[in-house]
Amino acid sequence: MINIVIAGVGGQGSLLASRILSALYEARGETVKVSEVHGMSQRGGSVITTVRAGKAVYSPLITDGEGDILIAFEQIEALRYLNQLKPGGTVIMSTQRVMPMPVLTGAMPYPEGVTDTIRAAGYKVIALDALELAAKAGSPRTANVVVLGAASGIIGGTDGEWDAALAAAVKGTHLDINRKAFAAGRNAG
Amino acid sequence: MKKMMLGNEAVARGLYEAGCTFVSSYPGTPSTEITKYAAEYEEIYAEWAPNEKVAAESAFGASVAGARAFSGMKHVGLNVAADPLFTAAYTGVNGGLVIAVADDMGMHSSQNEQDSRHYAMAAKIPMLEPADSQECKDFTKLAFELSERFDTPVFVRLSTRISHAQTPVELGERQAPPLRVYEKNVGKYVMMPAMARARHAEVEKHIEALGEWCETADINRIEWGTERKIGVVAAGIAYQTAREAFGDTASYLKLGMVYPLPVSHLKELASKVDVLYVVEELDDFIETHCKKHGVSVVGKAELSPLGEYTVPQLRKLIGFTDVKTAAVTPPPPRPPVLCVGCPHRGPFYVMNKLKLAVTGDIGCYTLGAAKPLDSMDVCLCMGASVSSLHGLLKARPEMAERTVAVIGDSTFVHSGVTGLINAVYNQSASTVMILDNRTTGMTGHQANPVTGETLKGKPAPVLDLEALCRGCGVNRVSVVDAHDITGIEKALREELAADEPSVIIVLRPCALLKNVEKKPPLVIENCKKCKICLRIGCPAMHTAQSGATEIDESQCVGCGLCAKLCRFGAIREVN
Repeated sequence: MINIVIAGVGGQGSLLASRILSALYEARGETVKVSEVHGMSQRGGSVITTVRAGKAVYSPLITDGEGDILIAFEQIEALRYLNQLKPGGTVIMSTQRVMPMPVLTGAMPYPEGVTDTIRAAGYKVIALDALELAAKAGSPRTANVVVLGAASGIIGGTDGEWDAALAAAVKGTHLDINRKAFAAGRNAG
Repeated sequence: MKKMMLGNEAVARGLYEAGCTFVSSYPGTPSTEITKYAAEYEEIYAEWAPNEKVAAESAFGASVAGARAFSGMKHVGLNVAADPLFTAAYTGVNGGLVIAVADDMGMHSSQNEQDSRHYAMAAKIPMLEPADSQECKDFTKLAFELSERFDTPVFVRLSTRISHAQTPVELGERQAPPLRVYEKNVGKYVMMPAMARARHAEVEKHIEALGEWCETADINRIEWGTERKIGVVAAGIAYQTAREAFGDTASYLKLGMVYPLPVSHLKELASKVDVLYVVEELDDFIETHCKKHGVSVVGKAELSPLGEYTVPQLRKLIGFTDVKTAAVTPPPPRPPVLCVGCPHRGPFYVMNKLKLAVTGDIGCYTLGAAKPLDSMDVCLCMGASVSSLHGLLKARPEMAERTVAVIGDSTFVHSGVTGLINAVYNQSASTVMILDNRTTGMTGHQANPVTGETLKGKPAPVLDLEALCRGCGVNRVSVVDAHDITGIEKALREELAADEPSVIIVLRPCALLKNVEKKPPLVIENCKKCKICLRIGCPAMHTAQSGATEIDESQCVGCGLCAKLCRFGAIREVN
């Protein structure tokens, strides 16, 4: 059984990342369940998506403390869902900052030193500037796939398996740019 | 062939495979995608109705005509559709009639977390509850069979975690039964007291027959564990959570039908385990049934009636303590916000500035309640902004000068217009602001009577809201651009002062609609640090360490609202 948490802000592309992961595990013949968020949280709110794959999967949700990998598209969101990870689990995090309203209004500061905080809590961290890598690959909108590429080493799988998963989840003309983004992340991760 | 599908998508697949040809719904999270996916099948006629009552009645009409018909809604939508459905239980059906209702335990996107199973019992309509996408498809098909066999509408109960989880589904062929013969049958379909009395007796008979059916149906099954210590009764997502929590040693009565409920399975499981838990989110519906039949169970005495269950919560029942997770300081919360460029931001800024009391409604604009816009006093249910303002003004007429009802276009058509008719008829000096963004926003941009197209993407007549309001008898109807904050303030001041009902239509399409033009990001030069621009709560603006406002150019869509507030002309377009 593998439990992957994908955390981000509404609109950052958690759903696409979950579909790529889902395609990867399906191709391996595993049972997959994915829990998504639709509705109010998508209006710039915090969004958690979970992907579970194994022989038999019951709940689509991950129990706190049982997640293997946390893929985060934003620093605060990495902190928010850290409790989903098992001790010693790995966080793959984009260093992007998206200010939530309490920070924008000055009511709360944006937390500093997030990578160190996560390490100090006993987790492994891969942090990368996914937005910049995505921009270099051709589109900042593929930052999600860059982070997924960075996570691919930990998740495992051959280049061929990942490419097939990308092709299964990404439609038509966007495939090439997502391939580039994935490769950029895979090299950085 | 297996395909990963959302529960909602799988319900739509079930509609297709069952040969359903008529779907009418009103959007509502977490049910919306059922109808969206159903519309993608050419064989299914699917539409967005103005509200759930209209949708359910239309589906009833299609059923009487002989078609397999469907309506999908969220739990609070079922409140709106309850009137026709309670009596449709009496008339029964011609073509199968299936109603999906999606509950929202945990209130991810809802104003309450009512338990829809009570409706099944109250209306005497059978209810199935799938626990994954495969069952969503299978149970939808079964629901049509049961509907026709027992002459009753059938509920399929979903929940957020079932509707919005993707799990594998084995696809099947479509088997479309022909349209059933339409026959006039006054005794069955005209529910006047004399006929209804006879039909009530029929309802009691078929519910009893369904009670017998569910004793042997394979959708209710006992899954024996490796031990006989713990037994669990559960349905839907609660079954999945319980399986995670108690594992393969426990035995489960997995219920596919939650009304009527079986008795024999319960007694069998109870007789063979040491302790029997009922794991059901929200109310003690199954537990009450168990107790009624003398089966001793542990349920709400140990488990909360609030929200969704988690695995650790259930494991506590059998003596496990909390999982140790590393503690970090909780980061700042990230509540949902009005989007960058949102046309609701301007009117809420003005309402905040004028310190108005606001009766709000259900939609994206409910987010205007949050700081810094902070402009909502009441939000109850769809349409209530208009009618609750009327009552408020009858009790406190002096508040007319500083109170406004705020409602979206789709919500106004859903159930706001009846409140407006009341305000005219019973003469309150209500000021109603319709935030017309030309779409049903919060649920993901569904078409509605003002959008000019149908769910199937065909052109449709555009409902003229201004003419509608005038037709209701409102003499004072004005239309203002949502980004014209001066115009909105002027209109509000005038209409609040008027001693009769008035409507201000604040018009501008949702910033997320594809045909809405995005402009280059604005720039700030020589910011005087007065922070007035931050009062609109735009997520693309923040205060830099210097105290000056900065615009996040990756987010700004150049709507220009902030520039209108800056007294120093420091915010401008790029030349």
